[in-house]
Amino acid sequence: MWLWFHKLGSPPHFYRTAGRLIPWFAIPAALLLVAGTLGGLVIAPADYEQGDGFRIIYVHVPSAYLAMFGYVAMAIAAAVGLIWRMKLAFAFAAACAPVGAAFTFLCLATGSLWGKPMWGVWWDWDGRMTSMLVLLFLYLGVIALRGAFDDAAKGDRAAALLAIVGVVNIPIIKFSVDWWNTLHQPATLSKLSAPSMTMDMLGWLLVMIVGHMLFFAAVVTLRLRGEVLLRERGARWIRGVDGRA
Amino acid sequence: MSGMLAAALALARRDLRAALRRWGELALPLCFFVIVLTLFPLGLAPERDTLAAVGPGVLWVAALLASLLALESLFRSDMDDGSMEQLVLSPQPLALMALVKALTHWLMSGLPLVLLTPLVAQAFYLPGNAIWVLALALFLATPTLSLIGAVAAALTASLRRGAGVLGILVLPLAVPLLVFGARATDLAIQGQSAAGPLYLLAALFALAVTLAPLAIAAALRISVD
Amino acid sequence: MLELRDIAVARSERVLFDGLSLGLGPGDLATVVGPNGAGKTSLLRVVAGLSRAHAGSLQWRGRPLEPGDPVYGRERLYLGHQPGLKADLSVSENLRFLLELQGAGFDPEALETCLAPLGLGGLAHRPVRALSAGQRRRVALARMRLCGSLLWLLDEPLTNLDVDGQALVARWLDEHLAGGGLAMVASHAPLGTRHPGRRLEVALGR
Repeated sequence: MWLWFHKLGSPPHFYRTAGRLIPWFAIPAALLLVAGTLGGLVIAPADYEQGDGFRIIYVHVPSAYLAMFGYVAMAIAAAVGLIWRMKLAFAFAAACAPVGAAFTFLCLATGSLWGKPMWGVWWDWDGRMTSMLVLLFLYLGVIALRGAFDDAAKGDRAAALLAIVGVVNIPIIKFSVDWWNTLHQPATLSKLSAPSMTMDMLGWLLVMIVGHMLFFAAVVTLRLRGEVLLRERGARWIRGVDGRA
Repeated sequence: MSGMLAAALALARRDLRAALRRWGELALPLCFFVIVLTLFPLGLAPERDTLAAVGPGVLWVAALLASLLALESLFRSDMDDGSMEQLVLSPQPLALMALVKALTHWLMSGLPLVLLTPLVAQAFYLPGNAIWVLALALFLATPTLSLIGAVAAALTASLRRGAGVLGILVLPLAVPLLVFGARATDLAIQGQSAAGPLYLLAALFALAVTLAPLAIAAALRISVD
Repeated sequence: MLELRDIAVARSERVLFDGLSLGLGPGDLATVVGPNGAGKTSLLRVVAGLSRAHAGSLQWRGRPLEPGDPVYGRERLYLGHQPGLKADLSVSENLRFLLELQGAGFDPEALETCLAPLGLGGLAHRPVRALSAGQRRRVALARMRLCGSLLWLLDEPLTNLDVDGQALVARWLDEHLAGGGLAMVASHAPLGTRHPGRRLEVALGR
């Protein structure tokens, strides 16, 4: 086990393994996303209350899920990096942050598009949307802090510590925003919530969630390979890399 | 043990002394606070109802921004003159030293803000008892803010252009303080009991005072490296 | 007492040197020499415990060193490029704080007798802001005498010092080594010490 762990941790070995893994993530991701999109947009019945407007849920919910998953994964990698001084874990955290931030943004954007027909405005201070906005700020803080350091190793450690501080604070922030939201909830507006879904709606949502997760894995692995190349520039094994997987 | 306390007291004394010899710099965030509060009536309208409605929120946001301004200097001068190296190398637990620095910083930036607030709150027509609740809420929230802010200040202490990043790091983490603090003030204005959010603010302080020093110490070791 | 094993030092992920092993006992002086950028300061910072070694291990009194080790914290004195003094505080306030931080007692009389040979007699209550660069360096050097530390880690102690000051550093180093102390010094200029004990030269960047 430890030997395997150690071997995976060696950059050249990891680089090759990751290259072989990418198709195993990317191809099922593409199939599931195409199937889920067709299923969600065409096959699934329209919601009796929201009509076709609800269909954005097939992107919105998986994005929200990955936005949170991405931050937690980044914080766990950061902790592993700080505790066991594993460089690959820092590279993972660095690869994960922009992808997670992109999904957070996607979640906010789709939420806003969904909100327009429902609320009549592009933005409403809905509790979940506000929490997502703060999550986006936390992501941006981690990315900005890593970028501000000239010394990459130092930036990695600082950003890792911030990610851990952030993950401790997220439940508190979430609680406070929910609390704030229930106090100021205007009665007339309906909340962004999943409509009561029938099985044929829900099935396609599950397909989309798995598809998004595999897509996330493929993109992070791809970025991680890039990070490894960037961090190992100057190492001898790089000269054998010809740019193809 | 006594050496540890002596060192902690010595650090608090040194920071207070050095800061009081530059009292002009201490006054800057307070001036900023008052000026921001002056801008709101100018930007909105000097109507009493409007100002009383936005008052609590405006006071809290202004207090957050003013303490952000003060945070920048928390570790910067220690980094520049090399005393941070000596602090990290000392035999004393760095987390304790970090706690002392953060609380000393609060004494010089947070506490004056708390004392000033009952005065400036008059300009936003808050009712009498709400002003005391506001001051109490600030008294509970500003030490937490100093501790959270110290984590961010320690992370950015070795950066030349740390000020911009500092705001991005601190303000999202300050959301719960803003929510509970403004809520306590609101409740008091409506004549209800503000005990709930005040307890929550106290709980946040208890959490911050136990966890933040460890994070500050870890961040300082990274910054000094 | 101080043991370096296979130390490698890196700056910004670039390895400056590796495989450095060194043992220092009571009365030993290690001088670190080498051209600019060879890693003299980086090595001293690693030995002091400010930076982490890229590889290898450090031992003090037979125990591996962890960041924040209290025993090592008391017994090791590090003087870096910056003197670590607050410009707004006086000489004696600064030294008193640094001593109390180190866990050493503060004795005003010892301070006076230490400042006199440094040419700082009568300046104890002057704010550090009003001192020249050389005088600030001398204030930092006063800690060598006052802290009573066993291991001195000095990074370019002669910078900004005049001939008298340099001779004083050499004399204090000699006395420290003769009393069973250890020292590791990075310096471009010869230190001019006369102590007959063991002297090691760590030559970097060759």
